[in-house]
Amino acid sequence: MTLEERSSPILKAFEKAVAWARMNSVWAVHYNSGSCNGCDIELLTTITPRYDVERIGIKLAGSPRHADVLVCTGPVTGQGKDALLRTYEQMPAPKFVVAIGTCALSGGVFEGSYNTYDGIDGLVPVDVYIPGCPPRPEAIINGFAQLLEKVENYA
Amino acid sequence: MAEISSDNGRKFTIPIGPQHPALKEPGHFEFVVDGEVIQEASVKLGYAHRGIEKIVEDRNYTQAMYILERVCGICSHVHASALAMGAEQLAGVEAPPRARAIRTLVYELERIHSHLLWLGVAAHEAGFEALFMYSWRDRETIMDILEEISGSRVHYSVNAIGGVRIDISAESAQNILKAVDFLEERSKHYLNVVSSDRVFLQRSRGIGVMSPEEGNRWGVVGPVARASGIKRDVRVDAPYAAYDIFPVTMITASEGDLEARFTVRVRELLESTRLVREVVKNLPEGELTTKVKRKIPPAETVVRIEAPRGELMYYMKSNGTDQPERIHGRTPTIPNMASVLHLTIGHQLADAPMILAGIDPCFSCNDRAVVLKSQSHSDLWSWDQLRQYGIDRYHGRT
Repeated sequence: MTLEERSSPILKAFEKAVAWARMNSVWAVHYNSGSCNGCDIELLTTITPRYDVERIGIKLAGSPRHADVLVCTGPVTGQGKDALLRTYEQMPAPKFVVAIGTCALSGGVFEGSYNTYDGIDGLVPVDVYIPGCPPRPEAIINGFAQLLEKVENYA
Repeated sequence: MAEISSDNGRKFTIPIGPQHPALKEPGHFEFVVDGEVIQEASVKLGYAHRGIEKIVEDRNYTQAMYILERVCGICSHVHASALAMGAEQLAGVEAPPRARAIRTLVYELERIHSHLLWLGVAAHEAGFEALFMYSWRDRETIMDILEEISGSRVHYSVNAIGGVRIDISAESAQNILKAVDFLEERSKHYLNVVSSDRVFLQRSRGIGVMSPEEGNRWGVVGPVARASGIKRDVRVDAPYAAYDIFPVTMITASEGDLEARFTVRVRELLESTRLVREVVKNLPEGELTTKVKRKIPPAETVVRIEAPRGELMYYMKSNGTDQPERIHGRTPTIPNMASVLHLTIGHQLADAPMILAGIDPCFSCNDRAVVLKSQSHSDLWSWDQLRQYGIDRYHGRT
């Protein structure tokens, strides 16, 4: 694609429409890289009736091939690392990563263990960090709101 | 997704996991199917092995309690209180009656939250999304209570070595009673749903039947054992905390199928609400903690607790310092996992997630070991090789 084509007004309008559509239906795939379940059940809580992020278009997809966002919890264990990378690589571009919980950010209480990688940002690029052990559902919604901003401004 | 096995053209091996839509935890399963019928099943665990048993050897007892609490985010209280009770036994002290009653109260609140969570997840496996959403909505009631009394929704940190950290105020007691009244009504409704909904019964009645003999052979524990008519409940067999003052009625069923596992767990919800009410109304007065010396003399002990998923056992050894020498845990999912591999054989592939969810698996609890393999070593390692591996790994990290 040449530079003139890229800046054509029709294409720009089309890209804007795609960005709008993407922002309004973000599908997430969840991967647990060795977390204690605390963050995972809080993530599930956010899709159930009281918090319900499906209202703003966020839905858990079954397969990474259908997902825009990788939601990752846990400190990344030795055995879980390859599966995390494979899940990430299977996602179609553009892809975003949300790290939930202190473990996913820095290793948390498991920091320095012989079998953990102390957080996922050394392995895959992270867009939004949600700290907490585990973060409250409100914090997760706040993280998703920041993610949507990022998705909207993605060029 | 599927690959044709070499020996028979009609048999397929279907790998599932570690990232899979059915469960929120990592575990790898391989099912060999002939058409839709499962012929063989195998499981690969260890994706959630974080080396907790090694980490706690470098921590003092209070720090170790917070690490063990993070073994599992669903039943965090049982792990932390196991360490607190073990440290008390090693030090030769006993927690005051009020502390033991509050521990019992939180055990039962946690059981209610865990069983409601499981009910939702198991209904989700059956494709019954409405039940999933309703049970998770009702679970928020108990989460509010746990947050009110402890300040946290998941890792309550209720325990301290020698007692508990929190007290139940009169206002909290009223709120707890109100919440369990609501949950009792809902649990009766769920009992009606899981034992009368025709579509749901087609997925659960007669599926994954386990006889008491098989259950004993595989060593199953908890609600899975009780659904097969095996009378096994640590709260009744060897009462700990305040279960001697507030006795539990053991809930059993004889059918041994998935329906029985559903009804046993939902009836346990009703039993737990009764127990919570009794504990709150008869909470003993007194101190919350006893003083425990920081350094604990050398001794060994075993703690047994009935976690929501079954019997949890901790072995603890002290060495005279403020740090434990060795802590080893055996969690209920390990023995129950053996039953899954046997029970899925002969069933449709679509029933496999239901049978797996039927034992309420918790992979983060059960991943106690990791297998090391390298080109230059065989599967059997000598002590010197293991030691050299540890030294090399340590140098590689820094």
